[in-house]
Amino acid sequence: MLRIGVFVCHCGTNIAGTVDVKAVAETLGKEPAVVFSTDYPYMCSEAGQNIIKDAIKEYQLEGVVVCSCSPRMHEATFRKAVAAAGLNPYMLEVANIREQCSWIHKDMAEGTAKAIVLGRTAVAKVQLNAPLTAGESPVVKRALVIGGGIAGIQTALDIAEAGYPVDIVEKEPTIGGKMTQIDKTFPTLDCSSCILTPKMVECAQNENITIYSYSEVEAVTGFVGNFSVKIRRKARFVDEDKCTGCGACTEKCPVKNAPDAYNLGLSNRHAAYIPFAQAIPNVAVLDKERCIKLTKGKCGLCSTVCSAGAIDYEQQDSFVEEKYGAIVAATGYNPINIDGYDEFAYSQSKDVVTSLEFERILKADGPTEGHLARLSDGKQPKTIVFVQCVGSRESGSAHGCGKEYCSKICCMYTAKHAMLCREKYPDTDVYVFYIDVRTPGKNYDEFYRRAVEQYGVHYIKGMVGKVAPQADGTLDVQASDLISNEQLHVKADMVVLAAAIEPDKSARPLATMLTASMDTNDFFTEAHAKLRPVESPTAGVFLSGVCQGPKDIPETVAQAGAAASKVIGLLAKDKLSCNPCVAHSNEMKCNGCSSCANVCPYGAITYEDKDFSRRKDGTMMRRVASVNEAVCQGCGACTVACPSGAMDLKGFATSQIMAEVDAICK
Amino acid sequence: MADYKELVLTASGVNPLKCMRCGKCSGTCPSYDAMEYHPHQFVYMVEKGDIEKLMESKSIYTCLSCFACVERCPRDVEPAKLVEAVRLAVIRQQGKNHLKSEQIPDMVDEELPQQAIVSAFRKYSK
Repeated sequence: MLRIGVFVCHCGTNIAGTVDVKAVAETLGKEPAVVFSTDYPYMCSEAGQNIIKDAIKEYQLEGVVVCSCSPRMHEATFRKAVAAAGLNPYMLEVANIREQCSWIHKDMAEGTAKAIVLGRTAVAKVQLNAPLTAGESPVVKRALVIGGGIAGIQTALDIAEAGYPVDIVEKEPTIGGKMTQIDKTFPTLDCSSCILTPKMVECAQNENITIYSYSEVEAVTGFVGNFSVKIRRKARFVDEDKCTGCGACTEKCPVKNAPDAYNLGLSNRHAAYIPFAQAIPNVAVLDKERCIKLTKGKCGLCSTVCSAGAIDYEQQDSFVEEKYGAIVAATGYNPINIDGYDEFAYSQSKDVVTSLEFERILKADGPTEGHLARLSDGKQPKTIVFVQCVGSRESGSAHGCGKEYCSKICCMYTAKHAMLCREKYPDTDVYVFYIDVRTPGKNYDEFYRRAVEQYGVHYIKGMVGKVAPQADGTLDVQASDLISNEQLHVKADMVVLAAAIEPDKSARPLATMLTASMDTNDFFTEAHAKLRPVESPTAGVFLSGVCQGPKDIPETVAQAGAAASKVIGLLAKDKLSCNPCVAHSNEMKCNGCSSCANVCPYGAITYEDKDFSRRKDGTMMRRVASVNEAVCQGCGACTVACPSGAMDLKGFATSQIMAEVDAICK
Repeated sequence: MADYKELVLTASGVNPLKCMRCGKCSGTCPSYDAMEYHPHQFVYMVEKGDIEKLMESKSIYTCLSCFACVERCPRDVEPAKLVEAVRLAVIRQQGKNHLKSEQIPDMVDEELPQQAIVSAFRKYSK
């Protein structure tokens, strides 16, 4: 029987407030094999760690149990302390008497009794612990950034700047993302393209950066430091190396009725197109749904006008396979579909638009060439109504497509829109209906106040209940003014809806490929809400931009840089120590059935034929499972799947778990 | 007073604390100008326990029960159900049944939907 020491932490009053820590230490001290037991206010402090180290030496401890917070919080701390005193770090067990005990109980007697059970369970387990040694795995010094919006661009630039090669995978034909569609940026009102395009060009020119545009991640295997990724390069029917971006094909293409995604379908483009003038790469694409040659086999006009000979109607999707040490998700967002909001007449009237559509109307390369004009008749609107929180801050069941969260960016961009309208067209009446105006951020509230005080935008507290298109082409906006306790009717020429934003649809399947966790809204979950905001709980996967939660551009750029610094920190290492708590198979029990390999999410299990003959008469070859310890992540799925009990997990052996259950039931 | 609040909350099944005070109910209400207290005020006054003012107000009869406020509320608060519950509180306070079950056989004809009888009991009986 091993000599065990027990250390009970008060965590200030976090634990001691609902658990009688002295009684826990005393009771556990009477367990057989426990030769030392004590309590201390903060076991994770230097003084607390010294108590553990001193006790290991003084009482020749062979196993240590710390009753404290969750092992997610301080297991690494205590393992280091134990190792510093000469014990194998895996001879430590943490009993979680905070998150799973003191925080959820109110009654002292109940909490204390449970803490004792949890402590006793850890003592039972540590008896069966064996010293483990962590192996090492090499780090591939290359990063992958998925998504080429401002988040992905900034992350890639920062990683490349540090000297590491980085690849950007972007599903659209060009990088740049939403920021390319935006006219001006708050709170300084500088031109979005003017600040973005230099960064896009830098990506194209930086020799450490490879851009895979019009490409998607197809499969991901491997683990931190050593991911293998398969990238699908969608056929664009144009040879990227030959195309000069001259635009001759796009001008001559006879198809003119394809909805232009860059303008959110508010205008049409040709079937051969370059998304916009500053696209990176500046390479044409053929829309295979619309191109006459690709759909009907006729035409071929673009090929005849292309002096570079870049058009290739036979082009197929191709695949790139590459290894990476780190992966950054930067998949961004989209406005939600607001077709469900009949009360705002969005699908009935062309003059009811979303805020992103309004950006396109304001921007010089948009459908109205930057002139504020109604999409129905091209006339300049005299009265514009902005509606905030369309689909944000909604209970799940209200419209079926709303979001419970605040989309965060709408208050500021609506103030910006209102301000721009009043500045360029001072004879326009601008109303903003709001529930709350949320403007935390440097110079943000000042910006909003300027819209009210200097630009004379009418801010009205209350929600719009109904928008009704009238026979004369105007829109009757019926809304409440909560301050004056009136119901208003505004005769508007245009209504702009601040639609909620949601993560891009590609995020969910990507998260599955990366085994990275997501919340119920499909935002990626961070490893710690406060202290590890740019890391996924899955090692080697990092988060940049809105894929983690709603953010504006300054916040996105800050987070993108933070994600890059985490990636650089990882790639700077030559080797990573592996988790030694991995699976192994007992070859005498294994019958080679493949159950374990079928459930293994990491592809860590292979089979080999082994010679088990014991006498000289005849050989006995059997097929047995073999675990690649560098690939195994210790999830334990195989141990559950194995019908013969041959698979076991080091550090979490079936025998240890049974000992824990026995200790709880004692 | 507290009893009325309890009654209104129980009878309506509405939790006024879910309201985020956006005013969309009042923005959408077609009977707004005919009401002394508007839908968003109903929610807030019930939350404060100000039920007697509502019971004395004509607003509870000028509500059309069109349920537009219920349909469009982003937080599922259901203001129209509160109006209905206040009406019920008035009937109970008057202490008499405006509709007695003995009266029913004389009123029934083949055309009358059964649902109307059930609904009438809800509105006019304790």
